[in-house]
Amino acid sequence: MNIALLSHEWLVLLLGLGLLLADLWLPPAARRKLGYVAALGVAAILLYSILFVRLPAGGVEYAFGRMYILDSLALFFKRFFLLAALAVLLMSVEFAAEIQSGLTEYYALTLFALAGMLFACSANDFTLLFVSLELITISFYILTSFQRARTLSLEAGVKYLIIGALSTSFTVFGIALVYGTSGKLNFQDLAAVAPQLIGNKLFLFGLLWVMVGLGFKIAAFPFQIWAPDVYQGAPSPTTAFLAIGSKAAGFALVLRVLFTAVPAITAQWSHLLIVISAVTILYGNLCALPQRNVKRLLGYSSIAHAGYMLLGVAALSAAGQSAILYYLSGYLFTVLAAFTVICLVMRHAEGEDISRLAGLNQRSPLLAAAMALAMVSLAGVPPMAGFFGKFLLFKAALAQGATQHGYYWLVGIAILGVVISLYYYFGVIRAIYWPGNAPDPSPIPVSRPILLSIYACVAGMFFLGLYPNPVVTLTSKAASALQAETAAIHATATLPKAPRAAWTRSLLGPASAAPSRP
Amino acid sequence: MSLVTSIFLIPLLAAIVLAFVPRNYRVVMRGVAVFATFLSALLAVILFLEFGHAVAGPTGFKFEFQRQWVQALGISFHVGVDGINVGLVLMGAIVAFAAACCSWEIQEREKEFYILLLVMVGGILAAFASLDLFMFYFFHELALVPTFIMIGVWGRGERKNYATFQITLYLSLGALIALAGLIALYLESGANTFDIPALIAYARNHPFSSDAQHFIFPLLLFGFGILVSLWPFHTWAPPGYGSAPSPTAMLHAGVLKKFGLYGLIRFVLPLLPDAARSWMTVLAWLCLGNLLYCGWVAMRQKDFNWMVGYSSVAHMGFAFLGIASLNLIGVTGAVLVMIAHGFLAALTFGLSGYIYHETGTLEMEQLGGLLRKLPFIGAALTMAAFAGCGLPGFANFAGEITVLFGAWHAFAHHQAVVIIAVWAALIVGAVYMLRGVRRVLHGPVTEKWADVADASNPWRKVPFVVLLACLLIFGFFPRLLTDKISASLTAQLGPNFQTWALRSDKPEGHPESQIANRKSQINRSSWITPEPRSASHSTLQ
Repeated sequence: MNIALLSHEWLVLLLGLGLLLADLWLPPAARRKLGYVAALGVAAILLYSILFVRLPAGGVEYAFGRMYILDSLALFFKRFFLLAALAVLLMSVEFAAEIQSGLTEYYALTLFALAGMLFACSANDFTLLFVSLELITISFYILTSFQRARTLSLEAGVKYLIIGALSTSFTVFGIALVYGTSGKLNFQDLAAVAPQLIGNKLFLFGLLWVMVGLGFKIAAFPFQIWAPDVYQGAPSPTTAFLAIGSKAAGFALVLRVLFTAVPAITAQWSHLLIVISAVTILYGNLCALPQRNVKRLLGYSSIAHAGYMLLGVAALSAAGQSAILYYLSGYLFTVLAAFTVICLVMRHAEGEDISRLAGLNQRSPLLAAAMALAMVSLAGVPPMAGFFGKFLLFKAALAQGATQHGYYWLVGIAILGVVISLYYYFGVIRAIYWPGNAPDPSPIPVSRPILLSIYACVAGMFFLGLYPNPVVTLTSKAASALQAETAAIHATATLPKAPRAAWTRSLLGPASAAPSRP
Repeated sequence: MSLVTSIFLIPLLAAIVLAFVPRNYRVVMRGVAVFATFLSALLAVILFLEFGHAVAGPTGFKFEFQRQWVQALGISFHVGVDGINVGLVLMGAIVAFAAACCSWEIQEREKEFYILLLVMVGGILAAFASLDLFMFYFFHELALVPTFIMIGVWGRGERKNYATFQITLYLSLGALIALAGLIALYLESGANTFDIPALIAYARNHPFSSDAQHFIFPLLLFGFGILVSLWPFHTWAPPGYGSAPSPTAMLHAGVLKKFGLYGLIRFVLPLLPDAARSWMTVLAWLCLGNLLYCGWVAMRQKDFNWMVGYSSVAHMGFAFLGIASLNLIGVTGAVLVMIAHGFLAALTFGLSGYIYHETGTLEMEQLGGLLRKLPFIGAALTMAAFAGCGLPGFANFAGEITVLFGAWHAFAHHQAVVIIAVWAALIVGAVYMLRGVRRVLHGPVTEKWADVADASNPWRKVPFVVLLACLLIFGFFPRLLTDKISASLTAQLGPNFQTWALRSDKPEGHPESQIANRKSQINRSSWITPEPRSASHSTLQ
């Protein structure tokens, strides 16, 4: 086993532990600055990842008996999560005054959640899937309720805990059923036997339960119920990390399970995926309409965005998967920009009502512009990143329309959703720019690092919207990793070389070990 | 950088420059905006004059510029002009200059306004110059968003907020339906390219299947139809224009709205000819809704801007009728109407904006007798009204009469369509236009308007003089446009025009069709040069 493979995870964990140790010797006044140390550390790991981490010639490496996989998809997500954590940590430093105690733990827990995400995107086995999901979720239980003095924050924590624990139990139950019927935990081994289990109801139930747990992570209907409350109550940096990191980790796992572990079964689930995607889009957008609290509004909008991304899952094609990755990249910059602004503007405010944005244009033109651009990007209007992402998703779904007309309806509903969403996104822009009285006309101080982070987010939104070529190449390469592994497994499944394969055959009988596809 | 690219890059670059101009340098901001639009208008005039001498590329476009953008999807940054869009680019650039000149009425948050205005101008001009489906849509949306924000922030009237949301949601819906159609077009073609000339060339050998055509065409027709305010999807237009600040209304009603019509002519007719043929009767009846119904509603309006808004919806009926006639004369006329109406709409909204700025209202009940106080503005408005009812000498007449000739020829069995259209244009149009002029300009002058001042500063007159001059120039010399348009249309639609053969259900040599042929040739000789006759002659057989 190659320890160097896990370098991202080790480094992040060491950074987190180092912060906790440093906390012991540092005077309380200096602790706030530890956030910058954490951010610098994450930036260094990101730099290291980009400069030094290279995939081998085959494009895939395994560790822990093929539990852990490092391919272009995993690498894409690792850099994605590091970038997200970097901005979230900078945001946390700005937010530090609102956190009464345990500031260093707040930074450290953010890093542990990050480590969970880094593991999740490399999961190649249901065990690692479960462990990394738990690492993420348990870190977030604490992070959401970190403002102990605020009832809303505590309420968010409790809701997240209860619904999260419930969905976790579903996942475990599902994994048990899958293992019980197939005898496999490894995704590629599962891919080899799954075609024979298409008719096995227990197996299908198991997979469905696993999807319930993942649906909770990505906040897809009907497991979205926690999202608005938690988004509203949690500290703003945590909400941002939930919105982007946790959702992306969920999608990384959905992609791995659906397209690497059980592609044969996923192919039959197109109806289910279409319906879930359509309902999620409609639910998120319709519920966001009457919202007055900005964070709650973004909570509902994040449900809608999960729906759009499920469109790419439902398309069951490499184009759809690549579109999801592109969409997530755009969503990363957009959501981070929006939450950074919210975090700065509403730092000292009790309620995050939209009306508090009034007059932002006079108080800080930069923050106003960043927020407006983020809303435009979320709405999916050129020239921002969100437009090109939606374009790719719609294209992927329409391309499947010839095989099944449900896709046309799905795209129609998605278009309807986009039109509905324009109403509330432009409502936010209106609050910022329309003539009105600012409740607090004082200018907003913006520190140097956060300024840099906002500029980076705006640049990212424009870059992904105006010059998509490099990232399209990157995402289609990452998405092709999913297909390549499946194909490789199907090719090798016939060779009786691994002892595990022989064991499977004895368990399931001779017929089941026959190759499923040429 | 080619000439076409610089025409739309100048405003976009100027928008970036403005972002760095300090807020209190108002004169500088205004100067940058006016200068940038003037420069691109000047380049557009040069483009128009040089068009005849320039060498066409292999696909028949001049001043082409192409650069790969997203290779995996076949998207490229491809711009160029042919006879169809050279006039539209010219019109757009001149209207943009006029709109920038008229922006003096904006007194607050000028920095944001001019940035948005320049982005909108750049987006519009780029959309009309684009030869790539994706870029075509992309730039249109780029121009559309500033429109919404400008109406919301700088708009006027009590119903501003409602109108802003209505126009935003309605137009976005239309644009997204069209986007679905465009993606379907890309997927069904199998050519793996968004490049319009490449798609058309590919479709000549691999035509779209009948199912695909009938699936995609309604998406594009109604998606674009919403954007162009095709009846009954026009309800966003009058309140939107009624609330918009005048530069925005000038640019949107004048130029941006023509995007959908241009899309239909540029690639929908060549790519989906079968579906077009079967849908055209429907379209012809719908555009009567524009001409007759909206004209009728315009008569009842009390607010001058609403009346102009309805009249601009009504004029779109002519452009649709020209497209629906599916022949060279009709489609040429449609393009001519688009250009003429662009100048006219910009002129009318600019003038009404001036009056609103001076009087603070556009309620026709309260206005009256303004011609005495505003001799220049009043005279310009009267001329605009004449152009609006299709008086010969203005470009609108040339366009409308060409469309009617084309339609008469095409709808040999439904000539009621043409008769109703003529009636709607001549009678209904004249009634509301002249009545509007009478109520606003004539009659006794109330002392309320004693201190209303005319455009004494020559700078204030410039935009209106330029627009009127364009209307008159193209009214007296429509051949400047029709030569270019019909030559390019023949090249683009040539094979399809032949197969459509106009009244194909009539046998060759049928007396009626012969009359029709002869008639149309006579008509053509008055508007279109004999140069492409050999080609276009065969299309009429």
